[in-house]
Amino acid sequence: MAVIQYREALRQAMVEEMERDDRVFLMGEEVAEYNGAYKVSQGMLDQFGPRRIIDTPISENGFCGIGIGAAMVGLRPIVEFMTFSFSYVAFDQLVNNAANMRYMSGGQFSVPIVFRGNSGVGGSLGATHSHRPEAFYAHVPGLTVLMPSTPADAKGMLKAAIRSDDPIIFIEHENLLGDKGEVSDDRDFLVPIGKASIVRPGRDVTLITYSRMLKITLAAAEKLAEEGIDAEVIDLRSIRPLDIDTLVTSVSKTHRAVIIEEDWPYCGIGAGISDRIMQKAFDELDAPIRRVTAKDVPVPYSRVLEAAMLPDVGKVVAQVHDVLYR
Amino acid sequence: MAQTTTEAKPAVTRNQSVGWLRQMLLIRRFEEQSAKLYQQQKILGFCHLYSGQEAVAVGSIGVLREDDYVFTAYRDHGHAIARGMDPKAGMAEMLGKVSGCSKGKGGSMHFFDAEKGFMGGHAIVGSHIPLAAGVAFAIKYKGGDQACLCYFGDGAMDQGALHEAFNIASLWKLPVIYIVENNMMSMGTQLHRHSWTTDLTLRGGPAYGMPGILVDGNDIEEMARVTRDALRRARAGEGPSFIEAKTYRFRGHSMSDPMKYRSKEEAEKAKEGDPIVLFESLLKERGWIDEPTLEEMHEKIKAEVEEAIQFAEHAPEPPLESLYQDITVAPFIPQE
Ligand SMILES: Cc1ncc(C[n+]2csc(CCOP(=O)(O)OP(=O)(O)O)c2C)c(N)n1
Repeated sequence: MAVIQYREALRQAMVEEMERDDRVFLMGEEVAEYNGAYKVSQGMLDQFGPRRIIDTPISENGFCGIGIGAAMVGLRPIVEFMTFSFSYVAFDQLVNNAANMRYMSGGQFSVPIVFRGNSGVGGSLGATHSHRPEAFYAHVPGLTVLMPSTPADAKGMLKAAIRSDDPIIFIEHENLLGDKGEVSDDRDFLVPIGKASIVRPGRDVTLITYSRMLKITLAAAEKLAEEGIDAEVIDLRSIRPLDIDTLVTSVSKTHRAVIIEEDWPYCGIGAGISDRIMQKAFDELDAPIRRVTAKDVPVPYSRVLEAAMLPDVGKVVAQVHDVLYR
Repeated sequence: MAQTTTEAKPAVTRNQSVGWLRQMLLIRRFEEQSAKLYQQQKILGFCHLYSGQEAVAVGSIGVLREDDYVFTAYRDHGHAIARGMDPKAGMAEMLGKVSGCSKGKGGSMHFFDAEKGFMGGHAIVGSHIPLAAGVAFAIKYKGGDQACLCYFGDGAMDQGALHEAFNIASLWKLPVIYIVENNMMSMGTQLHRHSWTTDLTLRGGPAYGMPGILVDGNDIEEMARVTRDALRRARAGEGPSFIEAKTYRFRGHSMSDPMKYRSKEEAEKAKEGDPIVLFESLLKERGWIDEPTLEEMHEKIKAEVEEAIQFAEHAPEPPLESLYQDITVAPFIPQE
């Protein structure tokens, strides 16, 4: 165990898996000589050389397709988006090719690839650079969508992603990159795909969240504890596949749920989860499921407007009060 | 690089030249002060400065008509000011204020000014290149004789959108002029590391049936001359042109770039090609401007930028209800 940053945890995962398997390589804009726009790949060019740490032109659609093609014949690429906002330039490759290849070929070709990079409302980056792409990608059967919220999960989940034989959309958060936490140095430390984590056990209400919103949710849980409300906080980690069993078990205990996400509300992750819980455990619910989301507007530059748009502790507490009829 | 035009016949009048020098100085000062405000965390997010490249925008926009159009990428302050945007509106935008050119919603990378035909700063690399062809399409459709200028960096040459738009623009003979500002760097990646050939004129022009014109982007009069030629073609219905303007950015890619990928010597040497210094000395040589006039000009510009900052600092924050405004033309119905 060592205390390291989220970005270092990501790097450790990539380094360890590259040491283990020559088929794994990293490709993306500024990943090599610049050492990564966000310094995730710092030092990796020195260690692995230009055969395996590869700078690309600003050609997302092209290099994602190249990654998928290479994966079809046995390589295991890690493709970095400088931020996931730029993955939209490559949407066709991810959604048409990566997701469908195995199905369309009747199981003949699989695509063991990881698309990774940060995302989210990073702070006055404006509408084009603040995307939260999880709902778009989670919509697609064939894609696996993972979103770690802690350094430990960043490492264990990325290692599992790299070892997976399927295309993985691995979405980090720009504002978590510098966070520190204890991380295992076991070279086979893997966080299984599709497994949520109960970060804080509680009796009265289930708070379901992921990525950066875990912090806001935990802060809200502290606040609620002061009022005598014992909240259970679940970090989804895996957006698709969803760990519905953990959610149903929790809701069967608390009978109330609030879903907290940084993304837009309509057709969002919370909408999908809420539906799954209603299908599986409607009779367990003592109140309608509530959601705290970003406002249904493009992301503004102004810091005042941006703050107003995002979930915060107060908004979470208010929805918990609502499901508890307080 | 950066030999100024031969003296034979100046491409512009004295008045116009002095105006251009003034604009370049205004842009330089605006950028320098923006850097300070960024350090004070009054300007947030991503902020890309144009210092060193001023002659490209000022020389080409300087020969447009008022009814022409301009598109650029996120390094957009210079183009906006060259097109006549009030520095107050630009500065207020960067401070996120409601009096900004995009009402505080766009920030540094998304300046817009419809009245001036300034069609925006665009932050996804290459994304605006088809839009410029779209405006050119509309010009042709409506039977007008305006033109659309579109700027981007050498890194944008690698985006698929550019190549699709170039082919269509040529196929349909659209009145669009594409200008690649080749500052030899795509963020931290030198040109030879991101493009199979360093000859961008070749990649962008002949391959798409457009004239490819190479120009020293630090020579403002040459910039004006080649743009005029391209405008003539566009207005005569002869189709698009591709101009490669060689230049250099003095500062980092954005405010957070430590610039480890280039040497101090290289950056120092580039300053010898400073388009402002070059043009000042040319105008002095011609006797079109003298030292006292120049000094007065510098002072006035300082005051103008200071006034813009004061204006921006005192402008109101956007009201919270504006979050839901300007999303759709029809009343916006939030799905929440
Ligand atoms: C599609 C996309 N990918 C990546 C980025 C991140 N990015 C912004 S600017 C830039 C470099 C662009 O360089 P260039 O086109 O040469 O223009 P310059 O910055 O030199 O003006 C990169 C990689 C982006 N904004 N959009």
